[in-house]
Amino acid sequence: MTPQPGTPISNPSAIIPKRARRVFTTDHHTIGIQYLILALVSVIIGTTLSLHMRIHLSWPQLNIERILPGSYLAIMTVHGTIMLFFVLTTAPQSGFGNLILPAQIGARRMALPLINALSFWLTALALVILCSSAFTDAGSPLSGWTAYPPLSAVASAGPGQGLGLDLWLFSIAIFGIAATMSSINTLVTIIRFRCEGMTWDRLPLTVWGWFTAALLSILAFSVLLAALVLLFCDRHAGTSFFIPTGNLVNGVIHSTSHPGNGSPLLWLHLFWFFGHPEVYIAILPGMGLTSMILANFSRRRVFAYRTMITTTLLIGLLGILVWGHHMFVAGLSPFATSAFSISSIAIAIPASAKVISWLATTWRSRPHYTTPMLFALGFVSLFITGGLTGPILAQPILDQYLHNTFFVVAHFHLIMAMSGIFGLFAATYYWFPLITATTTKPGRLMSEALGRWHFWTTLIGAYATFIPMHLTGLAGEPRHYSQLAGIPNAAGQLIANLRPLNSFITHAAIFLACAQIFFLVNLVKSLKNGAVAPQNPWHATTLEWHPSLATNSTVAASNEKIAVYRSPCEYMGPEPESFLTQWDTDSPIHSNRE
Amino acid sequence: MAATITPIDSERDRKRRLEDHDHGSGRRPPNDKNDKRTGGGDDGDNWNNRPQGRRGPREKLGRYRLAIFFALAGDLMFFIAIVSAFFVSQASGRYDAYNNYINQWLPTTVPPILWLNTATLIISSATIEIARRRMFQETHAMEEWLGIGKPTSKRAIPWLTATIVLGLLFLTGQWLAWNQLHLQRVFMRTNPSSHFFFLITGVHAVHLFLGIAALMAALIGLYRSRQLENRQILVDCSAWYWHSMGIFWLFLFTLLAFFQ
Ligand code: HEM
Ligand SMILES: [Cu+2]
Repeated sequence: MTPQPGTPISNPSAIIPKRARRVFTTDHHTIGIQYLILALVSVIIGTTLSLHMRIHLSWPQLNIERILPGSYLAIMTVHGTIMLFFVLTTAPQSGFGNLILPAQIGARRMALPLINALSFWLTALALVILCSSAFTDAGSPLSGWTAYPPLSAVASAGPGQGLGLDLWLFSIAIFGIAATMSSINTLVTIIRFRCEGMTWDRLPLTVWGWFTAALLSILAFSVLLAALVLLFCDRHAGTSFFIPTGNLVNGVIHSTSHPGNGSPLLWLHLFWFFGHPEVYIAILPGMGLTSMILANFSRRRVFAYRTMITTTLLIGLLGILVWGHHMFVAGLSPFATSAFSISSIAIAIPASAKVISWLATTWRSRPHYTTPMLFALGFVSLFITGGLTGPILAQPILDQYLHNTFFVVAHFHLIMAMSGIFGLFAATYYWFPLITATTTKPGRLMSEALGRWHFWTTLIGAYATFIPMHLTGLAGEPRHYSQLAGIPNAAGQLIANLRPLNSFITHAAIFLACAQIFFLVNLVKSLKNGAVAPQNPWHATTLEWHPSLATNSTVAASNEKIAVYRSPCEYMGPEPESFLTQWDTDSPIHSNRE
Repeated sequence: MAATITPIDSERDRKRRLEDHDHGSGRRPPNDKNDKRTGGGDDGDNWNNRPQGRRGPREKLGRYRLAIFFALAGDLMFFIAIVSAFFVSQASGRYDAYNNYINQWLPTTVPPILWLNTATLIISSATIEIARRRMFQETHAMEEWLGIGKPTSKRAIPWLTATIVLGLLFLTGQWLAWNQLHLQRVFMRTNPSSHFFFLITGVHAVHLFLGIAALMAALIGLYRSRQLENRQILVDCSAWYWHSMGIFWLFLFTLLAFFQ
């Protein structure tokens, strides 16, 4: 890695000779792209699995799984785990975090390159381990991404609960360690590598999103790791942290070999202490990006910038205090239930403040409806639709009924899955020039026409898929059931009535998946033949477009001074060309400020 | 701390003097006369002309320290989670068919050898602190800048080695404690209290094991690495990790010994 003396080196990766070095690199840009590729592979696997589930639910006679109800649960488990961990946690936080974050704070690299590379390869290893569970004799585990005991603590609880679940435990433990390392890298970079003038209140909101998500990761994943260790002991060391007395599984009492009276509730506490922050880890970077994109294409300042910083942190803080809302029907004391209900509804306050800021930023602004802007607006729309059901579910009395129904599935797919994915799409379309640029090649733009097709079909597909799930949930359709047909008695009749709607949902889901072909085609085409992007194609104010920080800059790592003189989003009027970047020194209209 | 709030000038300005084999990565000590005398950090140094992150031993060190502290904060949460589980399990019972309240928690008496182990760990914290401070001894660091051998490392190595030995001693002691309990027919699976005894000592031992690995890496680094900066970082970060494991142990031991 030591540069040869005397060579004019501009980019450290340019002097690494071997191809292997290029794969096992510590260069943050490459690592970012590796994370995005990992997320793309994962999202393709995850989507395929979800279509399997839908098709099985709607047309069981096709019997595409060719197997038992257990395999439905196995598919569901892998789907949830892959999507939440390997897509929504890695891509925004580590993928775009590596690609964009250093430049946005005026630095030329991440603070801990070795740790960074290590965390990527651990993440990849975790993914391989998770997928390998599908190839064991009994297949993948059945207990969902939440792995509730006592079923997850007993190997005989079902196929896949033996070796499959062990592999799941290892995978998630490794993933958690990798995510923690990546977050440490993010935090140290943000704290130590900001360029001159980049004060905390001048940080772009994206950076605040990454910062808060990284703080949450460190707290949350550690607790998850502890929970995983306890569960592992229950499975293999004969303990009974989570196994209750008289635990009857598949007709066999399992607590004879285990003393004590463990409590499954304990797992729920530990898991959701991690789980709820986790969903915010997935969404916070997207929230920050949405704010910045809306401002950029509306040519307006972010409405209430400082308040947006505060709400980001506040969401992070409150996010730690609400985990009990996932446990309302698990047997919490009514007092705890009330407390968690109140804190959960309270989180709607900073969330609404964000929505108000998004709306106020764009209101009457005549925005430029580019594809990134469309996806940012889509994010807002989905966030509102999904968010409205949050306070409903946060009321214990309503949740009693809704907890195990598709209503919850609708809630979190809209607010987390779809919003998160829309954030990722916005990021991809917006930063594509920076992703594709190398020192020798210019960055490219994605096709706007295909982008617009992609947006509208995806938006329609998303709503068509998930809105009806509210209705089937309200009608009583349970989650985690592999089979809805052929259930006797009145309840079965109720569910049978939902079959047309369910078949509609499945069609919509297939449509939604097919809509992604626009994206993939666009991606492949634009990688090679996209329009060459100008230096600052979106007329943005933040530093990632700085001529000597952008990836395609030939003067990268040059002697150029990087310094920041103002907050982001200083647009002057609706014309795209009049704006002041953060690094502009002259300040014609604001010279008398401060 | 000042640098945290307003990063200073040098990130903007990457100085290289290729003719002097200085490619701007800050590997070589400053080499004008002034710097030789000050070793950096004074008025006449040229640290500020270096790229960010390479401005002097302290800056890179600060970065790694920050990283290790974040990691330790996460680790603290790990232990907090386990300790919370300890109290929850301890307090929970059930009613049997005859409405008797049953709590199966039978306090585990800690083997007395743990006191010895604790003392060992405290002493090891002292030895690692001595090693750490020796890495920063100004006169010796100066000599290194001037190119006179590696006096800092030489004086730190014995203490580092002592720490490793004490660490291994502690682990052996823990292993003996587990054996003693096993002889009394107390196993991990025996009852909720023993679950936690073995779990807590076990995960702490794993942490300590990692700490010993880190110390060994630092030891190898002391022999291998020619840069004082890197050697300081290795010793410093493993020392903070080691101290934290010591402090965590004091809390965990108190918990196991007095809060059963
Ligand atoms: C207005 C704020 C929100 C409130 C009050 C809220 C409330 C709730 C409640 C009470 C549940 C539990 C429902 C049940 O299991 O019976 C839940 C589930 C869930 N929420 Fe939210 N939520 C909010 C926002 C969010 C956000 C922003 C995300 C993600 C970005 C999210 C992701 C999820 C997920 C993934 C689940 C289901 C977890 C599972 O059981 O697998 N929620 N929400
Ligand atoms: Cu939640």
